Amino acid sequence: MNMHSLSIIIVISGVTVLLRFLPFMLLGRNAKVPNFITYLGKRLPYAIMGMLIIYCLRDVSFRSYGKWLPSAISVAVVAGLHVWKRNTLLSIILGTICYMLLVQYIFV
Amino acid sequence: MIIKKAFVKTLPVMAAYIILGMGFGILMDDKGYAPVLSVGSSILIYAGSMQYVAVSLLTDGVSLWYAALMTLMVNARHLFYGIAMIIKYKDMGLFKPYLIFGLTDETFSLLCEDKEYPKDKKNIRRYCFFVTLFDHLYWIAGTAIGALVGSLIDFDSKGIDFSMTALFVTVFVEQWLTSKEHRFALTGLGSAALCLLIFDSSIFLIPAMILISLMSTVFYLSGNNTERNT
Repeated sequence: MNMHSLSIIIVISGVTVLLRFLPFMLLGRNAKVPNFITYLGKRLPYAIMGMLIIYCLRDVSFRSYGKWLPSAISVAVVAGLHVWKRNTLLSIILGTICYMLLVQYIFV
Repeated sequence: MIIKKAFVKTLPVMAAYIILGMGFGILMDDKGYAPVLSVGSSILIYAGSMQYVAVSLLTDGVSLWYAALMTLMVNARHLFYGIAMIIKYKDMGLFKPYLIFGLTDETFSLLCEDKEYPKDKKNIRRYCFFVTLFDHLYWIAGTAIGALVGSLIDFDSKGIDFSMTALFVTVFVEQWLTSKEHRFALTGLGSAALCLLIFDSSIFLIPAMILISLMSTVFYLSGNNTERNT
């Protein structure tokens, strides 16, 4: 096995682990967590989910219908289904099938 | 019982991780890397999108500094998960290091809401541990399948990666329906969308996270004291 490849994997792992531990190392030691952090801990998940949705859709382009309509329709299906049934598994499975059919058969 | 509860909770992630893990395994196999390296990556790195980036870093044979910088950019969002989980992970005992290590996008999305946590402390720890462990195992198993037998499976999986988007949309909708506070949800959506319009898609998360932090500070400072203390 190539040593350089192994080194790259170890560096990527190290930086990822560091990023995950950093907030806990910097803020977790104090017995009393600052109010602002408690506030962020409660509210930030809402903002992060919104950010992650955009992150997943980052390669969507508006140059042609086929590049954005499948995502737009499928996101609407997932959101609509979820408001209606509140069943996470159902929303994800049907939404993904919808997207796969759209990109494989309709907007090829 | 706790194990079963955790398992059921991770079902939406199972399909996504096995398929996406397979994708990574197949890609690595395709580029000529041994299964031990791809499975090792999934055990040690355990960060989906970064591992896909890693494939091109490996084939390009980039410097270690470049690899570190790239990881910093792609995975900086994990800082946010940590901040959001500091309180919840405060009393996790011996499980804590592993829970922090395994805090991926999906695991975070399953554990950031504590409404479904078990009632007593000991069971909360085990619940969080098993949710994290199951997700990690799906990812490793997917990679192993992809690296060993992936090229033999004939199945058009184009578009299957939408399951990740779908997971985040359901969590977003669930949070929206159970909360009266929508400023943060809209800030996350809006900041990311705005930064994606202005910046390149490979780096837009960094300015988006700065903007979200600024807006959160403004909301905190403008909030009344009763809200600040909750």
